[in-house]
Order: sequence, then structure tokens, then C-alpha cells
Amino acid sequence: MNMSELKNAILDYVKKEYLEEDDDREVGFDTPLISGGIVDSFSMVSLKRFLETKYKIQIPDAKATPEAFDSVNNIIALLRDFNIQ
Amino acid sequence: MAFNKGTRDIYKSELESIRSAGIFKEERIICAPQNAEIDVEFPAGAERKHVINMCANNYLGLSSHPDVVEAARKGLDARGYGMSSVRFICGTQDIHKELEAKLTQFLGTEDTILFPSCMDANAGVFEAILNEQDVMISDRLVHASIVDGMRLCKAQQDTFKHSDMGHLEEKLQLHASARVKLIITDGSFSMDGDLAKLDQIVALAEKYNALVFVDDSHASGFIGKTGRGTHEHCGVVGKIDIITTTLGKALGGASGGCVSGRSELVEMCRQKARPYLFSNTIPPVVVSGANAVLDIIAKTTERRDKLERNTAFWRKGLTEAGLIIKEGETPIVPVMLFNAKLSQDFARELYQEGIYAVGFFFPVVPKGQARIRTQLSAAHDPHHLDKALAAFTKVGAKFGILHKSKQEIIDRFGM
Repeated sequence: MNMSELKNAILDYVKKEYLEEDDDREVGFDTPLISGGIVDSFSMVSLKRFLETKYKIQIPDAKATPEAFDSVNNIIALLRDFNIQ
Repeated sequence: MAFNKGTRDIYKSELESIRSAGIFKEERIICAPQNAEIDVEFPAGAERKHVINMCANNYLGLSSHPDVVEAARKGLDARGYGMSSVRFICGTQDIHKELEAKLTQFLGTEDTILFPSCMDANAGVFEAILNEQDVMISDRLVHASIVDGMRLCKAQQDTFKHSDMGHLEEKLQLHASARVKLIITDGSFSMDGDLAKLDQIVALAEKYNALVFVDDSHASGFIGKTGRGTHEHCGVVGKIDIITTTLGKALGGASGGCVSGRSELVEMCRQKARPYLFSNTIPPVVVSGANAVLDIIAKTTERRDKLERNTAFWRKGLTEAGLIIKEGETPIVPVMLFNAKLSQDFARELYQEGIYAVGFFFPVVPKGQARIRTQLSAAHDPHHLDKALAAFTKVGAKFGILHKSKQEIIDRFGM
């Protein structure tokens, strides 16, 4: 999977998981997800699970911070630590 | 002095930022017993105004019912004012056990434990029954007290989209390996007035071996044919593992809450729930009043029936007048205005017309969904609702929003 496909796969998941059908907010690679109120702290666990399952990795709690999950681009940076790029 | 000028300035500045964000809350002073008609002083120091109350949680109109007041008075004489103890030392009276038994009977559960409030019940219950091997899967619109309770618990946390059963099922599959899976929802959602699909939730819980938790604070006493709550409405009495509810709304409106459900789970709360272990429970005077409330609603459905009629009248009246309401069947009826400032201006105009209702906007409700939340009561008589409807119509016409679509209102006032 190239970088563009990776980013789009995560973005698609975020839209499907966190936006309601009638939610017309624009979400892009740099959109703040947690600080922007799209993903709350409880719902972040789904995102972590999704990444762990899809890329067969274990993200330690210390790395699963709200900042690390705050945008698709931040998540990509986090995944680089696991040699996923 | 530690609270020096610098420290004071920190808090002054924080309060100022709350004010400038337009979310500073001010108390309206009620100078009368809680009822359909009240005297209000707002802002503080202003002349008192006699208004119709359309925003209390006094669904059954029992907050100032003479039989409840009399029972509380007698309870004060018979069992005193305070207990000066937590429950398990010397803070449990016969009337506390009597109230727990009546709630168990009314809710159709196995056992009940009282808490000082439902906020405390929700704060204590999850930590008492779950650990890190378990998972809590909550609807995304549950009440703030549930969110706080979940934060205090070591179990994993996850959420599902509001009332989205497909999404809940995905989450149950995702967490299949957890020791205990607890589905968490409000019975009646307090901001939109919609009901949880408890029949479908119970079916999913049975399919995936999960437990079901329902906070029925905005339903106990009046939702369902005999007012037992959302579980009665959905035909799943006896199938909800944990119900939390409040005595601070329909059931007398004073204070207090409870956890009611499977006997082992209730017993776990008696052993481990911190708000139960480390604070006094409900005082005797309130327990006595609540016991009378349970007697009244066990005897007759007259009050919830009247509330149902009032709700139907109000929903129909607002719709015919050309206002947009959130569809539903509960006595929580949000009048949608979408724009935050409009919701505040509308409430102010209503107050001038002798109607007391409050506008809600972000962050209490999502952006672009500002509204006036109206709440019906069995204390409302037809003349109250006629007058309130006339006022809503008059104010709606003044702002030019009658028979306008959501888009037309947004185009005119903004989101």
C-alpha cells in the first residue's frame, strides 16, 4: 500500500466511524479529529483497534495519545514508528 | 494568603473566557414551590414575574403534591432530619429499605440500592462491577454523568453511533473476547427526547452475551403503559441488567437516585461503589416523600396518562403552528431554532409573554442545533398549554420562522 492509499484508508475509516449520515463537516488529512470534537476520548479506542487490526501492530498506551491521533497526518507519523508507510 | 491577586486573576480570566464564549450559566431564582406556575426573579434583583413553567423535569407534577409534602412532613417527625452516617455504619433506616423494595417492585428488577443522586449512581456503578478484562460500549449521546462514571472505571471503553444498531453490533463483534461486555444507553435521551431501541439492544445483548445498562432518569414514572420506564415501553421488563434512575425528576423531584437490577450487581455496589460507601444517603424526609410518590404511581396511572395527553396536545399544537420540533413521543419536546442567538432571543421574548423556557446551544447540543427544550408536566392544565402555545406562536411570528424550513431559518439567522 502506498502512502496515498494508506492515508485514504484511514480517512475513510474516520468518516465512516465518526460522522453521522447527516453530518456534512469536511474532514481532510489535517482536520483536527480529537481537539476538533469529531472523535471523543472514548471513541478513540475504535481508531486504535482499527489500526492495530489492519496493520497487525500493538500501539502501546503511552503512544496512543490524543495528540498522536489528532489528525490523519498525525496517525501516519505514528505508523511510521511501526515501519508502516 | 495563598489566594493572592495572581491566583484570583487566573480564575477571573477563566470566568471571563466562559462569559465571552456566551456559555456563562446564571441561576434563575424561583420564589415559589415547583409547579406549573411559578414566580421567577431574573436576573437576580429584577421584579418577580409570574410565569408558566415549561422547563422543569416535574413530569408527573408531584414535586409539590400535597400528599408528598405531607408524607415528607410526617417522615421528618418520625425519623428525624439527618443520619450523620453512611449507610453501612448507622445510616440505614427502615424507610430506606422500604423505598428500595418499592423501587425494585416498580422497576420490575431483582434488587435496588439508593444513592445520594443518580449522578452518584452513575459515578459508582461501573467501577463497582467491571475491571480491565471488561468493556463498556456506550451510545455516543449518553448523559454526562455516565461519561464521568465510565472515566472512573478501568474497563475498556468504546462507543456506538447514537441509536445505530448496526454499529453497536459491529462493536459487540469487535470486543467479543472481553470477559463482560456492557451496553450502556440512556432510556430517554434528555436533549432530543427520543427513546433507546431497548428491544433491539436486548436482542443484540442476548446474541452476543452482553449485559444492558439503562439510565432511565427521563422516563421512570411515565414512559410505558404503567410508567415503569423505557423497558416497559419496549417490552423488555426483566431483561435489563442494570437500571439507574433519579428521584429528582418525575418521582417527586427532590433528590436521590438508585441502581436497580440483577441482585449480584446491586450487591457489588453495596460492597464497592464509592459514592455509596463514602457519603450519606438520601435524608429521611426525602425518603418519606419518595415512598409516598411510589405509592401514588403504583395506585393509578392517572398522572402519566394526563402527561401523555398534554404531550400529544403540545406536539400537535406546535407543529400546526408551524414550528419545527424533534419528532418523538416523550414529554421532552425540543423546538428547533438552529441558531444560538435566536434560541436566546426567542426564550427572552417568551419570558416577556409569561412563559419560562430555556434555549440550549453548543456545547450543550451540537453546533447548528440550537433549540428551546420544552418539557410537559401532569401539573399543566389545558389553560397553561393554550397560553404557552399562543406565546410560542406569537414569538415565532415575530421572528418570521413559522412554516419555514430548517434551511430557510438557517439562511436567515445563520447556523
